[in-house]
Amino acid sequence: MSAVAASGGLLARAGALRFGALWLAVPGLLFLAFFFVWPVAQLLGLSLFDPDSGRPSIATYERIAATDVYLRVLGITFRIAGYTALYSLLIGYPLAYWLSRLPDMYRGRMLLFVMVPFWTSYLVKTFAWMILLGRSGIINSLATGSGLVDQPLSLLHNEFGVMVGMVHAMVPLAVMTMLPVMAGIDRRLVQAAQTLGASPAHAFWLVYFKLSLPGVAAAGLLVFISSLGFFIVPAFLGGRRETMLAQLIITQVQELLNWPFAGALAAMMLAAALVSCWFYDRVFGLSTIAGGSAQVGTGRIRDIGLAILSGLARVAGALSSLTQRLLGRRGSGFILPAFAWLAIVFLVVPTLLVIPLAFTSSQFLEFPPPGYGLSWFRTYFESPLWIQATIRSFGVAFATAIAATAIGGFTALALANSRTRWSGLIFAFFLAPMIVPRIVIAVGLFYLFARIGLVATDLGLIIGHTVLAIPFALVTMAAVLKSYDQRLDQAAATLGANRLKTLTGVTIPLVKGGLVAAFLFSFITSFDELTIAIFISGGVKTTLPKQMWDDMILQLNPTLAAVSVVVFVVVTVMLLVAERFRSSSSSSS
Amino acid sequence: MTTRTDTPDAATTGQRAVAGKLVIEGLCKRYGATTALEPSSLSVTEGEFLTLLGPSGSGKTTLLQLICGLVEASEGRVVIDGRDQSRMPVHQRDIGLVFQHYALFPHLTVAENIAFPLKMRGRPSAEIGKRVEDALAMVHLGQLAKRFPRELSGGQQQRVALARCFVYQPSIILMDEPLGALDKKLREHMQIEIKRLHRESGATIIYVTHDQEEALALSDRICLMNHAKIEQLGTPRDIYERPRTAFAADFIGISNIFRGRWDGNGSLDTAHGRFVLPSGAQSPGAEPAIVIRPEHLKLGAPDGNAVTGRVSEIVYAGSETRVIAALGDGGQLVLRLGPDDAVPAINEDIVAGWARDRAVLVA
Repeated sequence: MSAVAASGGLLARAGALRFGALWLAVPGLLFLAFFFVWPVAQLLGLSLFDPDSGRPSIATYERIAATDVYLRVLGITFRIAGYTALYSLLIGYPLAYWLSRLPDMYRGRMLLFVMVPFWTSYLVKTFAWMILLGRSGIINSLATGSGLVDQPLSLLHNEFGVMVGMVHAMVPLAVMTMLPVMAGIDRRLVQAAQTLGASPAHAFWLVYFKLSLPGVAAAGLLVFISSLGFFIVPAFLGGRRETMLAQLIITQVQELLNWPFAGALAAMMLAAALVSCWFYDRVFGLSTIAGGSAQVGTGRIRDIGLAILSGLARVAGALSSLTQRLLGRRGSGFILPAFAWLAIVFLVVPTLLVIPLAFTSSQFLEFPPPGYGLSWFRTYFESPLWIQATIRSFGVAFATAIAATAIGGFTALALANSRTRWSGLIFAFFLAPMIVPRIVIAVGLFYLFARIGLVATDLGLIIGHTVLAIPFALVTMAAVLKSYDQRLDQAAATLGANRLKTLTGVTIPLVKGGLVAAFLFSFITSFDELTIAIFISGGVKTTLPKQMWDDMILQLNPTLAAVSVVVFVVVTVMLLVAERFRSSSSSSS
Repeated sequence: MTTRTDTPDAATTGQRAVAGKLVIEGLCKRYGATTALEPSSLSVTEGEFLTLLGPSGSGKTTLLQLICGLVEASEGRVVIDGRDQSRMPVHQRDIGLVFQHYALFPHLTVAENIAFPLKMRGRPSAEIGKRVEDALAMVHLGQLAKRFPRELSGGQQQRVALARCFVYQPSIILMDEPLGALDKKLREHMQIEIKRLHRESGATIIYVTHDQEEALALSDRICLMNHAKIEQLGTPRDIYERPRTAFAADFIGISNIFRGRWDGNGSLDTAHGRFVLPSGAQSPGAEPAIVIRPEHLKLGAPDGNAVTGRVSEIVYAGSETRVIAALGDGGQLVLRLGPDDAVPAINEDIVAGWARDRAVLVA
């Protein structure tokens, strides 16, 4: 703040300039107000008015309440989202714990085993599971081939398939959310507990686990909310009985054109997400997601919590002494790494299995391929449909990345230079597109764009993707600016640089890595985005994920494997470059 | 000093006193090719205040971690109360450790932090309440029992950490630079506090610091460490007045050190002349030197041992005046003058001498 004042050179103008920093956030605020808040609000409003008379009416909600199917779908959605959150935490926690204990250098490399699945397109991941779990899929052909079972197991189009796909998609998010919290826990506290007489099990549960709980809750919340709006996994891996709310919304909009009804369903999904957020905020405080310290509860609830933890500690202590007796001290030390590696195999291997299939010489997706060749890549590159979609995806992603990085960068700069009580609120507002289910944003934008002629245009796609990419760009830039030493700006100012020269000569060169990372993360977000593309890109103006979605609905074919490999390679390369830039930027400052 | 009642061999108390509260035999720690601690031996008696003093990387923290079991030894034994505890896990060693940054549990109140070790030992809650209260009173924090650590100042957090350690009366209390994060004024205050706690509880304390003044002020004995091994072990007076090495002389207090060659005849040849050694000086090591403390240097040349220099700086410090003089070879000489002594002027040439027996011959 004083940097801004000093570089202005006039103390009298300090007040105006202090506010001036926040002005940098205004373009982003306007953009989100018009393309995020307005369409979502309008969609929700639709559900409250009678479409014919235009008068307020709760008829749609009455219809939902009266129809068994909708209530059932709502129940299924909550159940699947809840179980997904639970299993993602059970698998993610040990993995995150193991990662957080690795030496720094080694951890960076291991983290890629989580980052790559995190950014890998949901379509590619789902496609991989279809190949793995199908009736004539890899697992079944291995099982029947080896004589383990006579009949192919039914692994797909049921709840098992959906859960596998959902958990696989969500574990990386859970791990990435828990890791920063775990990294922030002072290891000496666990040592201190042990010198004070706590067994390793007690030290873990009473101290470490307790301190990691805000991360666990944040991860559970984010996974739950993301799962609520999921449709790719249940559409391909589930059966009729696993239909989720988002699928229902798509049907209402695309096939029945029933806007009020879609609005009402979206409102219910949004309400569920907001209620979860509110509940989380009551218990832990939302600021913990952004890395703040957790509120400490008082009174009865806290006592009960601590009592539960010591109960857990006692059980875990008994278990660990049992395993130590069975496996020896050395042997039981391998349990955690073994579990972590199993989790990594679960995350990474399905996607990798797609690669050999892309090079198959067969007409079918059989595993192992009878022979290898490039014919399916040739099919892909010779198809004008696929190539146009690919070019469009690259172009849209490029434009999105520029827009999102600019908005995210200016906003991050504004927030870094201002310490008013508004900045926390503004930060939360910019993260909102991450919390509100994508399907709600997509349907809202579709309704808005339909009336201003932006449907089936590249501009419409870019706008929609920018809304989704802004949180990623902002979080990346905010993290870099947070570690950026503001005194360097002050130093530049005392040495005679004005604000613009300080920005271009000092700040930007130093945060360049963060800018590149924000650009690439935004790029990836747009490149494998499907939800908005389903509604906004129509006909020939299709993107790569949309084309994949259409193909996957029609029929699985080896071209999809080839396309998956292309998408996977593009995203992975971008991610590796982004990670390199991000780490170099944060280590240099 | 009471020990935990669940310590099985209470009958061997007499034997313990003979063996020492803590006995370390050939303890050593290697990480691959680097050695964090050369094989070292040490014995601490009941109720003693021993300080591990040394520069960073000298192995003092490693030795501390080996004693409490946070690090497993490569070789050697740690015997506490007559029992070999070298392979005992941390939580069973009955040791207290006060961490450098206190390591208070942020999710527990002050009282709960202090109660933690008692709870881990399964004490009845009535006893826990009483002892926590006593411990809080001991560090004068009774009114802060319900606060959380982050609501306390650094000095208060330090007191809580001390109370958490003293409350369960561990066999040995280890302190790892506990005052390192406090400012000078508070540090001096806490030193007195720790001295009082030591005196009142009769605890055996092993204290790690790199601050020689702190070591001199607190310790019964100082274990001076350098290059991953014990350099010298003795009372503060012992080490100050009779340092055995140039490092010991240089690390504790201010020293004027002249290296030279022993002429086999009771004198040392140095770049500044031939100095007569103190009477009874033994044949020195490979790099002999003599050490003269600044307060033993007098202007003038009594007994013949003297050097000449030119005054480069005069530092007035209230009770004394420090005179720094440049020697011919670029070296420096420090003199400490009392309030009644005449102070030379800057750039004045001076002759500073010392009584023969005030010098110490070191290896």
